[in-house]
Formats: sequence, structure tokens, C-alpha cells
Amino acid sequence: MKKKSIIGGALALLLLMLMPMLAFAGEAGGGIDALVNKIFHTVLGPFVSLIFFSVSINGVSFPLIVAWLLIAAVVLSIKFEFVQFKGVKHSIDLLRGVYSDPDNPGEVSHFQALCTALSGTVGLGNIAGVAVAVSLGGPGATFWMIIAGLFGMACKFTECTLAVKYRNEYPDGTVSGGPMYYLSKGMSDKGKPGLGKAMGVFFAIMCIFGAMGGGNMFQGNQAHQMFSNTFGLFVDSGWLFGLILAILVGAVIIGGIKSIAKVTDKIVPFMAVLYVGTAAIIILVNIAQIPTAIGVIIAGAFAPKAIAGGIVGVLIQGLKRAAFSNEAGVGSAAIAHAAVRTREPLTEGYVAMLGPFIDTVIICTMTAMVIVITGAYNIEGVSGVALTAAAFQSVFPWFGTLLAGAVLLFAFSTMISWSYYGLKCWTYLFGESKTSELIYKAIFCIFVVIGCSASLGPVIDFSDAAIFAMSISNVIGLYMFMGELKVDMKDYQARLASGEIKRYK
Amino acid sequence: MTETILVGIDGTEENRRAVDYAIKEAKQGNAKLILAYVIKWSPYSFQTAEENEERHMRREEEIQTVHKRVLDPMLESLASEGLDITGVVRHGQVADSLIYIAKKHDVTDIVVGRIGEKSINTLVFGSVVSKLIQLSHIPVTIVP
Repeated sequence: MKKKSIIGGALALLLLMLMPMLAFAGEAGGGIDALVNKIFHTVLGPFVSLIFFSVSINGVSFPLIVAWLLIAAVVLSIKFEFVQFKGVKHSIDLLRGVYSDPDNPGEVSHFQALCTALSGTVGLGNIAGVAVAVSLGGPGATFWMIIAGLFGMACKFTECTLAVKYRNEYPDGTVSGGPMYYLSKGMSDKGKPGLGKAMGVFFAIMCIFGAMGGGNMFQGNQAHQMFSNTFGLFVDSGWLFGLILAILVGAVIIGGIKSIAKVTDKIVPFMAVLYVGTAAIIILVNIAQIPTAIGVIIAGAFAPKAIAGGIVGVLIQGLKRAAFSNEAGVGSAAIAHAAVRTREPLTEGYVAMLGPFIDTVIICTMTAMVIVITGAYNIEGVSGVALTAAAFQSVFPWFGTLLAGAVLLFAFSTMISWSYYGLKCWTYLFGESKTSELIYKAIFCIFVVIGCSASLGPVIDFSDAAIFAMSISNVIGLYMFMGELKVDMKDYQARLASGEIKRYK
Repeated sequence: MTETILVGIDGTEENRRAVDYAIKEAKQGNAKLILAYVIKWSPYSFQTAEENEERHMRREEEIQTVHKRVLDPMLESLASEGLDITGVVRHGQVADSLIYIAKKHDVTDIVVGRIGEKSINTLVFGSVVSKLIQLSHIPVTIVP
């Protein structure tokens, strides 16, 4: 009863805070958008240009941050002896529960930790991002996206192992982990507590901004666009759409209403399977064209025709989209992976590295194949979600409705995941009290409404910048810990070979 | 060798008949008795990050609750029977878990009530009882 009144109070407070804003947005239309955009542009513009500082190669701008992530992925792949290829069988065994003690059931399984983390990355990137890459970089971008995804697996392996190794475990059995914890705790073990704290705090601040932006406003914004375009509803009342979405998000994260989370958790995998299944059918029906499609992709990757910047242009588009989609090296999913119950941190690394594989190598590639096979990439002037929709609809006309539903649900589940990442960083900075958590969650819900009600170019730029800024301190951390982790990995593999780590199945 | 009878319990009235039957059998054969409560849980269900974080705590709570509400009162009420009775609480799928416990403790007979499932799920995938019959390596007694 008491809990209900708190929830009611929080929602009422939320509404009260939103009232003036909504009234303003409703009456003045673009007024508030313009104001918000102006603020973000003047104050944060320099930050955005710094993070996305680009060099021009063959006339195509190449953000250095993408190179930063790619170099890390290659270095870590070599350091860990291409664990992403050699260790896949072990990853699948871990997922199947081969190494889980059957006398201790009921804890978070590796499978669950992976699914939870995937729900934060699988989403618009896989549907819209791929289409952007293919329309700007041609079919060849797919090839580089797959390569980047494969290397990215090593980054995920490293960051998720560290997240489990250096997490905080509390007496009541709950856990907190993620880059901010391994940066500060791990670095203080190495005798550099000041530097570690600074890097952890930087990561946490960027993560909160990223959660509010890319993990929240961008998702709401895209969901609203897709929804209003497909169904013709809420076209001029994005704020109302946002308010409904905010109430649903609030019900889950503030109210702890599990049933809504349960419903989405049931539907999201279903949607993902339906999406991949439809793509698979389209590919199978056109099985004769697969060799041609692969030919087009490979040819496009090395000798593109009529693409700005030539081969470098294609390369950049593919790499960029892979980084956006699987977030390897950013450190976000590591926060979700930290919750698994295991005595061996490395087991979580092995499982987590499947994330970029599923996200980029499987789902993104399926989308790209459909776009290439159906020839939709040749349509002039169509990009993003619209291109993906056009490709699928050329085979199944009803797909648009399904896609709108999928985008909405993916957006919702991504919001829930990112709200958690932001929350962990918030409590890392401001302490783990119920009041401070409630403040964060209320702010998060307000940003849902803002994201849906406005076209927020500069704000989105800023949130993308914040997400990539997370990787600055995270990747430095990965380099500093990789030696130590290599020793751990050798030890783990030796114990695995000797049978000291027991197989139960 | 003494026999061991495993009884699946769920705290319902109907289930009590299965327990009573098992007691009668145990007395006749001078067998040991294990009362097992299975908390339904799948390692393949989808959870939010927050649920994962609290999972260890919730698991402990669930086990405590079962002990407090079902298992301990039952063990207490059966103390006067003069039998060797132990209790087990375990997370998992009911049939699989009962069979795991049976194998681990060299159980000779599994006794269950007819668990009142009438959902679509049951129609499609079969009930716990039918799964138990298919998977079990030892006799299964179903008490209606």
C-alpha cells in the first residue's frame, strides 16, 4: 500500500513538472525545440566536435573515435589469441549450462545475462543503421561491418570479464558492476587510485548523458516517427505519445511493475525471432541469388562503384555502423553482464563476446542481405528505416506494420536497459539511496517526453558523442588491464583442460 | 537397503493426500521420506537487468518463504510419525527437478499428487505428471 502511494506520488510529481513544458510545446510548436536545440548547440557543440573529431580521407570524413574502437578491437583480438574464434564452442557450452553447478539452480544464468545485455543493443541499429550503411557505402559496407563485428567480440570479452572481476557485492546479495567500478577499483589495486577514480567518474557522467540521449530520447524519437508514419497516429502530438511511453517506462523502472517488463520481455525476443525469421525466408526463397549477392557485397567492399571516397568510404560506413550497433568497447553492456552469478569472471567474458556476433554478424547481416537481394538499395532517395521497410515490403507487403511494432518494442526495451546503465552510474556518483534513485528515474521519464516531442538534431549528436566518450576511458582501462587478464585467461584455460573446472553435462 | 520415497509437495490441500499416502507406504516398508518443493524457475527466461542484479537475494527469499510457509510446518506436523523425514527446496522445472533429487538421493519411489494444471500450456506440452512418467527411471505413484 505504501509503495503504491509513493509510485502515485512520483507519477503525479512527474506530471506536474511536465505540465508547463507540455503546454508550451503544444501551443508554440517548434518554440521549445528551437530553444533546446540552441542551448545544446552553443554549450555542447564544441564537445561533440571534439569527440567526433574527424580526419578527411579521400574526401570522406573519418571520425577518429571509430578508429580508436577498431584499433582496440584488433589489439585485444591479438592479445587474447583470437578467443572469439577459438572460444566459441566453450561459450556455447557455458550458455547451455554445461559448467553450471546443478546443485545451485535458480541463480542468474549466463543465458539470461546475455539476453538482458542484448536487449540493450539489438534495436534500431540493426534495422535502421544497416540501411544507412548500405545506402551511403553501398553493399560492400556489409563486409566491413561483419569484420568489425568479429573483432569487436574481443572488446566485449575483455570488458565483461573485468566487470565481473571488479564488481561490488553487497551483504544482501545484490551486485553492482561495470566500467566505473573496474576503472576505480582495479586502478586503485594497481596503485593509481586517483587516476582510476577520475576515469570512473568520467565514464559514469558520460554514461548518464548517453542513457538520457541515445538510450532514451533517440529511441523515443525514432519510435514516434515510425509509429506516426505507419499508423498516422500522434502525428502532431508527439508529446502525448511521449507521455504514454514515459508512463509505461515509469511504471517499470519507478513502479517496479514487473508485468509490463515481463510482457515486453516476452514480445521482444518474439519480435527479434520474427524479424530474423522473415529475413531468413526472404533469403531462402531467393537462394539462387545468394552467390550473386555475396559477389556484390565482396566486390563492393574492395572495388566499389560510385561511392563517395571509394574503398575508404565503404570501409568507414561499415565500421561506423558496426560500432554504433554492437557498442563493443563502449562498456555499456558490461554493466548488465556484471550481474551474473559465477565464480569465474572469464566465463562471462566468453558468453558476452557472443553479443556482437549475434548483433552485428547475424542480425545486421540478415538485414543487409535482404536489402541487397531485393535490390532495394538501388532505390533512389530512400535511407534508414524506410529503406529496410521497402526491402522487406517488396516481398511481404504487410511487413511495415510489423516493423513499426518491432521498432516500438525494441525502443522500449533499449530504454529500459539504458535506464539501468544510467542508474548504476548515477548511484556510483551519488550513492545508493532510494531517494537518489527516484530522482534519476523521474528525470529519465521526463526525457522520454522531450525525446518524443521534438526533432532534436543537436541533442542526438550530443548523446551519440556521450556514448562514444564512454569508450575513451573504458578503452584506456581495457589496455591497462589486458596483461593481467591474459594471465587469468591462461590460468582458466589450464584449469579447464585439467578438469579442475568441472563439466556437469 | 532402506528404501527412500520422494514426495513432491506444493502446499495445497489436494497435495496433502499424496503426503499421507507416502507416509503410509514409508511406515509399511520402513522407508525414509524426502519432501521436495520445487520453485518454478527457468534459466532461459528473460529478465531485466534490475531483476538480474537482485536475483541472488530473491532466490534466498523464495527459499526462506517456502521453508516458513510450507515445508517447516509440514515437517513439524509429521514429527510425531516417527519416520526419517527430510525436506528439500529446489529451483527448476518440476519434473526435471524431482528426477534430479531422486537420482541424487537413491530414491526408490516418487509420489506426487495430480497437479491441477489446466492451462493451454498443459494441453500442448503435457502436464508435469506426464513428463515425470516419461522421464522417470523408477516407479512413480500418482495419488489422485
